[in-house]
Amino acid sequence: MQVNGYKPLIVAFCCNWCSYAGADLAGSNRLSYPAEVKIIRVPCSCRVNPMFILRAFQRGADGVILCGCHPGDCHYTSGNYFTRRRMAALFSMLDFLGIERARTRVEWVSAAEGAKFAATMNDFVETVAALGENKRLEDLRCKR
Amino acid sequence: MQRIGVFVCWCGSNIAGTVDVHAVADALKNEPGVVFSTQYQYMCSQAGQDMIKEAIKEHRLSGIVICSCSPRMHEATFRKTAQAAGLNPYMVEIANIREQCSWIHKDMAEGTEKAIILGKAAIAKVNLNAPLTPGESPVTKRALVIGGGIAGIQTALDIADAGFEVDIVEKNPTIGGKMAQLDKTFPTLDCAACILTPKMVDVAQHEKIRIFSFSEVTEVKGFVGNFTARIMKKARYVREDICTGCGLCTEKCPQKKVPNEFNLGMDNRRAVYIPFAQAVPKVATIDPNYCTMLKSGKCGLCAKVCTAGAIDYKQKDEFIEEKYGAIVVATGFNPISMEKYDEFAYNQSKDVVTSLEYERIMNAAGPTAGKLLRPSDGKHPHTIVFVQCVGSRCAACDERGKEYCSKICCMYTAKHAMLTRDKYPDTDVYVFYIDVRTPGKNFDEFYRRAVEDYGVHYIKGMVGKVTPDGDKLIVRGSDLIGNKQLNIEADMVVLAAAIEPDKSARPLATMLTASMDTNDFFTEAHPKLRPVESPTAGVFLSGACQGPKDIPDTVAQAGAAASKVIGLLAKNKLTGNPCVAKSDELMCNGCSSCERVCPYGAITYVDKEFRMPNRTTLVRRVASVNEAVCQGCGACTVACPSGAMDLKGFANKQIMAEVDAICK
Repeated sequence: MQVNGYKPLIVAFCCNWCSYAGADLAGSNRLSYPAEVKIIRVPCSCRVNPMFILRAFQRGADGVILCGCHPGDCHYTSGNYFTRRRMAALFSMLDFLGIERARTRVEWVSAAEGAKFAATMNDFVETVAALGENKRLEDLRCKR
Repeated sequence: MQRIGVFVCWCGSNIAGTVDVHAVADALKNEPGVVFSTQYQYMCSQAGQDMIKEAIKEHRLSGIVICSCSPRMHEATFRKTAQAAGLNPYMVEIANIREQCSWIHKDMAEGTEKAIILGKAAIAKVNLNAPLTPGESPVTKRALVIGGGIAGIQTALDIADAGFEVDIVEKNPTIGGKMAQLDKTFPTLDCAACILTPKMVDVAQHEKIRIFSFSEVTEVKGFVGNFTARIMKKARYVREDICTGCGLCTEKCPQKKVPNEFNLGMDNRRAVYIPFAQAVPKVATIDPNYCTMLKSGKCGLCAKVCTAGAIDYKQKDEFIEEKYGAIVVATGFNPISMEKYDEFAYNQSKDVVTSLEYERIMNAAGPTAGKLLRPSDGKHPHTIVFVQCVGSRCAACDERGKEYCSKICCMYTAKHAMLTRDKYPDTDVYVFYIDVRTPGKNFDEFYRRAVEDYGVHYIKGMVGKVTPDGDKLIVRGSDLIGNKQLNIEADMVVLAAAIEPDKSARPLATMLTASMDTNDFFTEAHPKLRPVESPTAGVFLSGACQGPKDIPDTVAQAGAAASKVIGLLAKNKLTGNPCVAKSDELMCNGCSSCERVCPYGAITYVDKEFRMPNRTTLVRRVASVNEAVCQGCGACTVACPSGAMDLKGFANKQIMAEVDAICK
């Protein structure tokens, strides 16, 4: 997807039990979303350290999305509640770090919601593409 | 440095259609650590797996990356392949270039570019992989079956016959479920009771089966092989061990005006009751909402007449904790509520009934003793209209109904129509349908008999409105084949209500951390290849809780679930998941952050002696992970402020390496 000729680079962290399966279902149903989205599988959304998200921005990602099971449906009972709080804390600091808030997002996608996964990714890529390149946090010592 | 082999799968044209597999294999050849890279049509086939094994030996590979379908599909397959070639199975990483690449992208250049990046990320990860050995945990050789309908009964019998103990938990006072309410069953027209009740007796008499009737599961802890369930035995105010089921109390109870659930409220029962004659366990239950003794302390008649002395007004809910190796969900279905379907006048007229109510009317043990009589005035109906797909196959925007096909309605409506015409040839029977769906052995023949031999009028079209008019019901519908509007003066209307999962399923799914679809049906681990297993290990699915099913399908699935349970319980030890948390004792500062977030209580603190300079020692409190209990969610790794806690298989460095590879 391109907005103003810009193709963003998106990193998506997906929990193994719900969202990664949701992404697989989107694939099985041939529901397309932009190829700019690259998925990293984690056992639970609570495995994602906020540092991973900052690392992605530092290395030049334009957007980072974190997907997990719906609250209450976590495979590990309570993991996504930790995710929700940690990410709220991280997101409150993003402005201070010089990253637009819209470049990150937490979404709950179940294993049955292939269509929601594709729709979420389409929407997120469009949002990030409109923001353009993420220049501010990129460490100039790390060449793209 | 690892010696990594890369294997790119074509998956026939599934991947090769939008990803240039040769280009991917070539591009990944020069990645750090890669010593061998190839592609093949079907990596998962025997030939493909042999190719991997040979490459592992020939190139002395220490890790492999398979660019193929989702790891949820074939990760286990390729791990076994690696193990067979002498490689640690956890030195395998999968780059998902089918579900998350070739299937969703149409442009070859785009798909190829993404596949290469996904491959690079997997290579970056496997470069940091270390061999892992799974721990072992014992298996409790007992199964829990939740739900005592035909699905639960069949599963329990099959498991128990293999020699394992089974507990059935049923929320109603008797097992039997929906099938106990049915009259005859399609396509053979056997009487449901005649084939079900012997099975219920088998369950009651089986030495390996315990029935917890009028009970509910309130809490489940643990994991595959080692579940602990808390079961609430609701107070039935009758001592189950003493009650003989003679039924004297149910005859003498003065409270006669209690709607009988078993007949769907079409007649009354007493406040102390046995749901039906063949109930298992055959034990009376007192309904505290209606019993005068429990409400006001005045009466006590049942206690007086009970010769066994089984009545106990002071009984309390009882809680039992038991350990299980496997859990089978068999919570079944219910017809949806017809309250909101005003167009069919369900609320206005007693003569508009659901199919399950019609089933009770036709049943010899039902409210009319099997005579076809109208609920309103007890007269014999001469014209009956059946309306199919009420609430099934609805548009997504219709909040009253369901999008899916309820599957069983076409067949039971044909059965009802046929039985009605058979018993009462003077009755005209009309069936309004969208499609008649009869896939199944002898199903279409059955439906055709209803039309051809019994003269049932099948009309393609929907009913728009049912209006009560005096003692008649005016049914307005369209005949799409005759291309005309019909006005039928009917005496009774029967609605084939959609079926939905039982309401108890949703909280149970949360308790078991088993996933559900948007309709609250339980999802299976794989829709084709693992249809009776939940994605949560150790939880199995039986019957209509997984999707609409008729009795033959339910029994088949119940047997399949039982065989999976038997396969699990037959093992003495289970190999666990080696991707568990590990604490670096040198970095741990003993703060307890990880202990607080662990949902399994897998982290404990131990005092450990560390060697210090000048031959001194220091005792420090450090975290220790119980690998048998840890499930590997990774919550502790993020909570740890000093970075001492890490997750094997999904280590900080590995995930960072993937991030770097993608962002490069």
